[in-house]
This record gives sequence, C-alpha cells and structure tokens, in this order.
Amino acid sequence: MNNHYNVIVIGGGAAGLTAGIYLSRAKLSTLILNEGTVGGQMVLTHEIANYPGIESISGYQLARNMKAQAQKFGSVIKSNLKITAMDLRNELKQITVNGNETYTSNAVIIATGGKSRTIGVPGEEELKGKGISYCATCDGDFFQDKEIIVVGGGNSALEEAVSLTKYAAKVTIVHQFDHFQAFEHYVEEAKNNSKIDFVMESKIVEFIGNEKLTSVKVQDIKTGIVEERMIDGVFIFIGYVPNTEKLEGVIELNQWKEIVVDKNMAANVTGVYAAGDSIAKRYRQVTTAVADGTIAALSAADYINEPTLKNHDPY
Amino acid sequence: MLHTNLTHVLTEQEHKQLLQENENVMICCGRMGPMCIPVYEVMEEIENEYKNVKFADMEFDSPDAKVIRNLPECRSFQGLPFVVYYKNGQVVKATSSIQNKEQVTTILDANFVKQN
Ligand SMILES: Cc1cc2nc3c(=O)[nH]c(=O)nc-3n(C[C@H](O)[C@H](O)[C@H](O)COP(=O)(O)OP(=O)(O)OC[C@H]3O[C@@H](n4cnc5c(N)ncnc54)[C@H](O)[C@@H]3O)c2cc1C
Repeated sequence: MNNHYNVIVIGGGAAGLTAGIYLSRAKLSTLILNEGTVGGQMVLTHEIANYPGIESISGYQLARNMKAQAQKFGSVIKSNLKITAMDLRNELKQITVNGNETYTSNAVIIATGGKSRTIGVPGEEELKGKGISYCATCDGDFFQDKEIIVVGGGNSALEEAVSLTKYAAKVTIVHQFDHFQAFEHYVEEAKNNSKIDFVMESKIVEFIGNEKLTSVKVQDIKTGIVEERMIDGVFIFIGYVPNTEKLEGVIELNQWKEIVVDKNMAANVTGVYAAGDSIAKRYRQVTTAVADGTIAALSAADYINEPTLKNHDPY
Repeated sequence: MLHTNLTHVLTEQEHKQLLQENENVMICCGRMGPMCIPVYEVMEEIENEYKNVKFADMEFDSPDAKVIRNLPECRSFQGLPFVVYYKNGQVVKATSSIQNKEQVTTILDANFVKQN
C-alpha cells in the first residue's frame, strides 16, 4: 500500500473538506484524516441559512455534499480514527494513526476545528443523555412541562433558552458574569419571556442523580455560597474550544490554544498550514472555514510546486 | 425512514424477527439529528469489521419504536439516540445521547465475542 501523499489534511470539517476539493482538483494526492464524524460541526447544525447560494440546507446535507465533492476529485478520506503520533519538523511529514498506520506527505494542513466546551464538574459525564444535554433541538421535547437550566450567556445560550420555552414549564439561565455576551436582541427576547429566570454570577459545581439528573449544586461566585436546586434537565451552551491539544509543542499556538497562521494560512513550521475554527481568528462560520481551507490548499500547492516560495512571497 | 446505509427496522414485527435471527444486535433509535448522525456513521463504518453483530436503526418517532422507547433499560434516558445492544434477544447494554467509535467498540468488545 502506498502511504505517501502530496498533502495530508488533518480534520474533515468544512475547512478540511474544502482543502481536499482544491488539492485534488490541482491533481495533488490528498489524504484527509478525521477523528470524528466527517463534516465536523456542520453535522451539529440543523439548518444553515447563511451559506451563499443555498437558501437553506441541513448541516448534515451540506457536509455530505462537500464530502462527495472531495471524494469525486480524488481525496481519500479516513474517519473515526485516532492520530497517535505526528512529526512535522522535517521536509517529509509523518503521521501515525491508531498506533500502527503511518502516512507521509510533503505538506500538512491542520483543520481540526473546535468542540463544545463542557463544564467539567462531577456528574457531568455520567448524566449526559440522562438530563444533561448540549443540543436543544435534539432533546428539548424530553422536557415537556419540566423545569430546566440553561448554562451560558452567549448567543447560543440565549437563543436556545428561548426555544426551550416551547417545551419546558420554566427555564433558568445560569451565567457566570453579571452581563451577557449575546447580541442585544437575544437578550431582550429572553428577558421578555415570562418563563425565563436568571441566576447571574453563578456556576454549577456538581450534577447529582443516580439513574437520571435530579438536582444541581449552584455556587454564587461572589459569596461562594453553594445551594442545591432540584432540576429536571440542564442544557449547556458555554462556547467552543479549539481541537489543538495534540499540537502543543508541535506548532505555535496562542494563549487560547488557537493556531497562529500568517495570511497564507502558513503555521510557523515549513510546509504546515492551518485553516478553519482551530486558527486564531474572530469569526467562526462555515463561510470563513471554507475560505481558510481554500487559501491553505492553494498555499500548500504553491509550496509543493516551489518549496522556496515561502521565503519570497510577493504578496 | 432514516437516511442511513444501515438496515432499517420499521415495525415491531421486524424488530422481533431481527432479534430472533441474530445473536448479537445493535440498534440505534434516533432521528436525523446532530447527536444521532455520528452514531449511525460509526455503525456504518464498523459494520464490516464486526461481522458477528447485526447493525440496524429505527426511527424514534415511529409508533412501533415503543419497543425501544419503553424498555426498562431506557427509562431514565432523556437524550437521543437511544442505542440498545441485544444478545440472544436480551438487552445487555443501552446508552443515551451521542457516543464515539471508541465508546461503541468498547461495548461491542465487552459484550459480543468477535469472530476472526
Ligand atoms: C450548533 C452550531 C451551529 C452553527 N451554525 C452555523 C450556521 O448556521 N452558519 C455558519 O456559517 N456556521 C455555523 N456554525 C459554525 C460552523 O459550523 C463552524 O465554524 C465550521 O463548521 C467550522 O469548520 P472547521 O472545518 O473549521 O471545523 P470543524 O467543523 O470543527 O471540523 C473539524 C474536524 O476535525 C476533526 N478533528 C478534531 N481533532 C482532530 C484530530 N486531532 N485529528 C483528526 N481530526 C480531528 C473533528 O472530528 C471534525 O470532524 C455553527 C456551529 C455550531 C456548533
């Protein structure tokens, strides 16, 4: 089996699949290695209504289309695997998967995206799906006429809190600060909803329940006082963290563990590029991931065709 | 019907027959939603590797899916999908909400002896 490719793309979300489409069309052999489900966060999105040219599409369908397009042009996609070793320092890049399959390439594009942040307190992992949820559209109807908590203070938290009032009898938003980070219209909508209550400057410190969630311990951050509250469900929307834990010490990351790139999406190691939600940037959308993936692919192609280009980039 | 490449269980009768005809069965009962799709994808991907297991899906909202929704093992579940593992027709394990490949294969390896 030939395990050498011109480019290996790590991550098969919008950014990685776009890079695959551009690289394969440029006749560069391309391997996309993906740890989870192909499509990444797109698959988590019920409806995408802001992708230009497509009025409305499910994230699942958009991901399927991008995957099929990358494969049609020749990208090889391997998913649900684990990257166990990575050596990107030399001209020949080497990546080991599942401890025993090694692939080499001339360039690497990292497009590992991000994942939901968990609270990380006792009981959270055990009670996932048994009262704790990260998806209102998936699990909201299990909480018909129940009392629930929504954790978070950004756009997702406030938007989902309002949507959960379709089912729940009462929604309490628990947020760690005294103000929200969401757009004003989301805040207004939540404040005007009679089913929604607010517990500010507070955080959940423990989830309690045997077979299912029965209560949570909520701590007032200012006073330190912990109070136990009976609750049927908790929905957690506290943002995303970049999937870069395997890249520490491999390429430059900033203080938030995001990958630092230049305008050509080049990381600080020659022949290594990055794209999408895992890089340091302000706006994280499908459109921006697609744009980053395009630039990273074209830069990687230039590098492969002319490895010294990076040193005399005229742009 | 769910848009997957898995065997679809559509009725209570089909569910019964599947359990009668197969020693080891894994059924993912869900919708085409964000927490369910990754589980279907894992199942599709490992189907060839685990020839000793019959992989299937069932639509959560179909009336006949009560055979899964009403299982005592799923009583406390409040997250899609409900995934049920059967050996000789008996439930040996059930999970609620999204699971990754490692979590699924750990359950399969613990409960079903793999053929070479
Ligand atoms: C609920 C939700 C709704 C959203 N709604 C919209 C919307 O309406 N419109 C919009 O434009 N954007 C939306 N977004 C944002 C958008 O989905 C993301 O910005 C975009 O999909 C990011 O793409 P990506 O390829 O950079 O990363 P991701 O989609 O995160 O993909 C990264 C991929 O890399 C894989 N991976 C991670 N670590 C590794 C590793 N070590 N090795 C190999 N593979 C790895 C992951 O499994 C994943 O498949 C939404 C996001 C969420 C969560």
